[in-house]
Amino acid sequence: MATRVLDQPHAHAAAHGEKTGLWSWITTVDHKRIGVLYGATAFIFFLMGGIEALLLRIQLGSPENTFLSPDLYNQLFTMHGTTMIFLAVMPLSAMFFNYLIPLQIGARDVAFPRLNAFSYWVFLLGGLFLNASFLFGAAPDQGWFGYANLTSKQYSPGLNVDFWMLGLQILGIASLAAAVNFFVTIVNMRAPGMTLMRMPMFVWMSLITQVLLLLAFPVITVALILLMYDRFFGSAFFVPSGGGDPLLWQHLFWIFGHPEVYILILPAFGIVSEVLPVFSRKPLFGYAAMVFSGVFIAFLGFGVWSHHMFSTGMGPLADTFFALTTMLIAIPTGVKIFNWIGTMWGGSLQYRTPMLFAIGFIAMFIIGGLSGVMHSSPPADLQQTDTYFVVAHFHYVLFGGSIFGLTAGAYYWWPKMFGRMLNERLGQLHFWLMLIGFNLTFFPMHFVGLHGMPRRVYTYPEGLGFDLMNQIETAGSFVLALAFLVFLVNIFQTWRKPRNAPADPWNGATLEWAIPSPPPEFNFAEIPTVHGRDALWEQKRQRGGPLPEPARVSGAGIHMPNPSYWPLVTAVGILAFFVTLMMLAKIGIWAVIASFALLLLGVYKWAYEPAG
Amino acid sequence: MTAHAHAAHLETSTGLDNRKVAIWTFIGSECMFFATLISNYLVNKGKSLVGPFPHEPWTSPAGQHFEPIFEIPLVTLGTALLLFSSLFVVLALSGAQRGSRKALIGWLGATIACGVFFAGMQVYEFTHFVHRGLGFTTNLFGSSFYTLTGFHGTHVAIGVLWLATLWVDALRGKLPPAKSLNLEMAALYWHFVDVVWIIIFPVVYLIQ
Ligand SMILES: [Cu+2]
Repeated sequence: MATRVLDQPHAHAAAHGEKTGLWSWITTVDHKRIGVLYGATAFIFFLMGGIEALLLRIQLGSPENTFLSPDLYNQLFTMHGTTMIFLAVMPLSAMFFNYLIPLQIGARDVAFPRLNAFSYWVFLLGGLFLNASFLFGAAPDQGWFGYANLTSKQYSPGLNVDFWMLGLQILGIASLAAAVNFFVTIVNMRAPGMTLMRMPMFVWMSLITQVLLLLAFPVITVALILLMYDRFFGSAFFVPSGGGDPLLWQHLFWIFGHPEVYILILPAFGIVSEVLPVFSRKPLFGYAAMVFSGVFIAFLGFGVWSHHMFSTGMGPLADTFFALTTMLIAIPTGVKIFNWIGTMWGGSLQYRTPMLFAIGFIAMFIIGGLSGVMHSSPPADLQQTDTYFVVAHFHYVLFGGSIFGLTAGAYYWWPKMFGRMLNERLGQLHFWLMLIGFNLTFFPMHFVGLHGMPRRVYTYPEGLGFDLMNQIETAGSFVLALAFLVFLVNIFQTWRKPRNAPADPWNGATLEWAIPSPPPEFNFAEIPTVHGRDALWEQKRQRGGPLPEPARVSGAGIHMPNPSYWPLVTAVGILAFFVTLMMLAKIGIWAVIASFALLLLGVYKWAYEPAG
Repeated sequence: MTAHAHAAHLETSTGLDNRKVAIWTFIGSECMFFATLISNYLVNKGKSLVGPFPHEPWTSPAGQHFEPIFEIPLVTLGTALLLFSSLFVVLALSGAQRGSRKALIGWLGATIACGVFFAGMQVYEFTHFVHRGLGFTTNLFGSSFYTLTGFHGTHVAIGVLWLATLWVDALRGKLPPAKSLNLEMAALYWHFVDVVWIIIFPVVYLIQ
């Protein structure tokens, strides 16, 4: 289809972007469309995870509440955590990877456009599979960490854990495929002159995130395989009565799980590092220090996993080692925070919505970082582990950090993605409601946690000193919900406005602002040549003023990859394979083989299809 | 396909084809996959509650006697053939790059034959072990042994399928020198599968 449009000599200005209809989305291999698909899907999952959280907060709003049954409570907190991590924050980051990496490095697409579509479809189907568990009344209920023995066939005979372990396995395939793709894209597809140390900081943080994904996900893949063997075929890897060790699961899970927290936060670091310089009107302070602290964080991130396991009694040597490495990570993280503050220092600050969220990010992340350093000390951690103090900590880094950063990015790049500016007043309202609601919800958790309120328990008795704090938290969670309602209103209002955003509304520093909003399918009519960091500011400096509004050109003759539906077929084959595996006992091995055949068909058709 | 798109547009930043960087990236990720599986085998070593065991005989409480499970000669032969297949695939690739169809088809066929022999050796070994009393769930040794070598075997099978697909391409004259990268990627993967076996063989079979 693409070639047909391209071959028309009179293809008019917007010809590339005008392909519409459901089929054009199903077969798309355009990184920008896939980015939008990732964003829309992840945002819906984010709202679902948010609704789950509200239900939990209603239950906890008063002591000995019966709004949720204990069993449903378990399902909701497990799905809330799993959804927010794997179906909201990670794919929201993937939206930015997709949309921005090619634009910021001056490329026309990612290295493997069809693989990119494949990643999205596998993610979508994996997310639907995981949530389909609700329809069977068997949503995962063992916590997002899936500790053995909670996951053993003996203690979880139902489908709940099966949905979780196979769902994560499917989502892991999507993440790994995407990670290979983005890694190769960044390493290999930079515009001429874009050396590694000239890359925008978002691209740097994305690159590090891909490395973490590539090295951490195989570990959880193996752990989930072992769990699957235990549950389906009766092995005893995590079953003590068969000689196995439940702690092996914890080790494998956290060797993945700690790098995973950097997978969740580094993209937000990157976004904030793009937003702060633009709204401070000066370059990022300490670029090289930012790069190397990011690399250092990722490297250390593989050597701290057992700080999640201090309460298992690993002995003084292991405790000391993991406490020290954990404390060490505070140093490169502090370097980053000082650099962000240094970027703002002496700048002419413009408090537009993206900037507010970026500043909010720094403030909230500092609080989360400080409580994190607190439980890097084993004796302190023994008091805090499994209490609401830990819940407070990781919401300050994941919500106060990741979500604030991702929201900053959403406001900042919205005009580029959709050609329309979000309403500034509603944006500011969104920010203040979110900041207040967030702190009302999560700050009191520090106190109830230190007072001994345990996590993951569906209720608490009256008169332990938890009552008022929990009321405040529940009220705060509704303020947070209101903040996102304002965001939704903003999105719908903006949707009805004309598509007239300028190419460069914020006086940006990076290449994506050099092309029209939204960009044409081929991104750059001519591949740019880069002469320094902050490539676009460099161009403006050389010109002595703002650049003229870029003209929309037809792009006739630019060779773009063909659309394809084989990535979707392959993704369906993978889903079918896991679904039939789960129902192996009921429907037999032939269904598994048939799904595998579908998978193979997709792969072969894909491999032999001309890419463009 | 990709190569063509690039020729039309721009050189890559590293000068390497995207697909080559991708296969190296994938192999890097796979290293962690096998590192975890091998660690799992080592962690569970010696923790089996009942026999049969890999290197020692065992008599069950009921008085049934089990010989040590491993038989080194056969698996050594498989290992040797797998090692040779790495050489063969290099010769096949050289043939593909030089445009020597005969060398390509011959050496690629030899590579595939070695891979098929290795996979067959493993199927025989597994059934043989089961006959001698080591099922998948018999003990932790059985579970972790079959999991580790089974996943390696799956990689061999995928490699054989991949190489066989290219062999058919070559027979149909669809693997000209310009497309030799197709074979180079499969060859890199094949070397990786070999290297993993070079670690598994001593760790699992030789070290007692
Ligand atoms: Cu951690």
